Amino acid sequence: MNRRWLAYPYVVWMIAFILVPLFMIFYYGVTKDDGGQIVFTAEFIKKTFEPIYFNAMAKSFLYAGFATLICLVLAYPLALILAGKAGKSSAMLFIFILPMWMNFLLRTYAWLTLLETNNGVVNTLLRLLHLPSINILGTPNAIILGMVYNFLPFMVLPIYNTLVKIDPYILEAAHDLGADSFQRLIRVVFPLSLPGVMSGITMVFMPAVTSFVIPNLLGSGKVNLIGNLIEQQFLMTYNWGFGSAMSLILMIIILLAMGLMKRFDKGNLEGGAGRW
Amino acid sequence: MVKKGLERIYLGLILLFLYAPIFTLMIFSFNDSKSRAKWGGFTLKWYQSMFNDPIIVKSLYYTLTIALISAVIATVIGTAAAIGIQAMSRKRRETIMNVTYLPVLNADIVTGIAFMLFFIGIGLKLGFSTMLLAHITFNIPYVILSVLPKLRSMNKYTYEAALDLGATSIMAVRKVILPEIAPNIITGFLLAFTLSLDDFVISYFTAGNGVSNLSITIYTMTRRGIKPEINAISTIMFMAILILLLTINKRREKAVRKEKY
Repeated sequence: MNRRWLAYPYVVWMIAFILVPLFMIFYYGVTKDDGGQIVFTAEFIKKTFEPIYFNAMAKSFLYAGFATLICLVLAYPLALILAGKAGKSSAMLFIFILPMWMNFLLRTYAWLTLLETNNGVVNTLLRLLHLPSINILGTPNAIILGMVYNFLPFMVLPIYNTLVKIDPYILEAAHDLGADSFQRLIRVVFPLSLPGVMSGITMVFMPAVTSFVIPNLLGSGKVNLIGNLIEQQFLMTYNWGFGSAMSLILMIIILLAMGLMKRFDKGNLEGGAGRW
Repeated sequence: MVKKGLERIYLGLILLFLYAPIFTLMIFSFNDSKSRAKWGGFTLKWYQSMFNDPIIVKSLYYTLTIALISAVIATVIGTAAAIGIQAMSRKRRETIMNVTYLPVLNADIVTGIAFMLFFIGIGLKLGFSTMLLAHITFNIPYVILSVLPKLRSMNKYTYEAALDLGATSIMAVRKVILPEIAPNIITGFLLAFTLSLDDFVISYFTAGNGVSNLSITIYTMTRRGIKPEINAISTIMFMAILILLLTINKRREKAVRKEKY
């Protein structure tokens, strides 16, 4: 008798509920019912590259890319400051990570409350100060803002984790060899934190590029990203084949990106995967 | 000194950005006026109407039931799996772990749709049970990932010693391995519970009509316009998550301290 059998229920579960469902996407994406006969087709995959859909995909990548960049710019200094205080308390980090555990929909809804044109809190405050009001709800700006707000902690965490692991003696060595603090940051700290930056980028970009809730709520349904298109195929127009084809392409892009990331981030996936 | 000051300002601004939206919701949950532009005095009526709204109460019930059941089942399957995986050869272990990472790394929308196609394909009607199965599935990897590192750092000879001293393998697992990984099992359970509580996308595609968890209800409500009851839900959920996370963190700190001595 061996301990290994303890994993068998999970292996069965895994095949049934992880692998088979993913195969179903593949199956629906490349086949169609041709008069009662299931035949192979590239129709749905091709349709994904038609201008309207391709543009939506390009837009998703563009907005998610912007959001990721903003997150990186905001998060890196934050992670540096927090890592500098690491010895004192993990409570600091906890405060900055806590909001991401708040329900995702409520976080997005909160911005709806803040940004509303007439009754929104931001515009009420601006009016009190006699400043011009801002109307970004329903525009790409609101969507990008929502992405940055929701996914910022995903960028902070992995960068912080690599920064606190940097050996302080390396920094001292750089100092002794005549590097000033700026050179030290650019030529020593930043390269050493690259694995964290890479996993931060994937952890922000991935949910941002596939989100359909943020465009629906903050884009007031006026901006369709790939997540919205996929959702619509399944819940409105019932074109499952096309929806599956889009999901399939999305999944392939994601897995390729993961493979790329893994080269930067060997054996560190656990830190990236958990939301800690 | 200047640097310190700048650092503080930066931290303050980010904190403001992160918390202002949440606290705004919480404050307005006590606002007597339905408008969010003005303060109409303190009230608890939104909490009252929230608990009187049958849809909200029902989805709260579904959310908690599914979180609890899925976390328990995922903890059992995941813990057993971790113990088994740890005893496997390197190659098999890596294959299984690669598949285990799939739902963690894949986009939620893809996972959700895969489940939906699968459940409909095998003839299950979307509802409570499909949502539960989906939640168990996406929870298991997190339990495995909580338990496995501890198993790896454990002294493996104690298990073999137990066998040599005449314990059956079931007994050795129960008396030697389980007590040692117990804190990680509980952390895994709490993590699974929290993730299930918070999930929207996968639930959205697997719940079907008639069954909905809190996230789905909130989504439907926000799309129909703004209801102050949502603010009340926000406050309660924020407090609940805060307490849960503080518990997890405390456990962790305790575990770390224990290991130090």
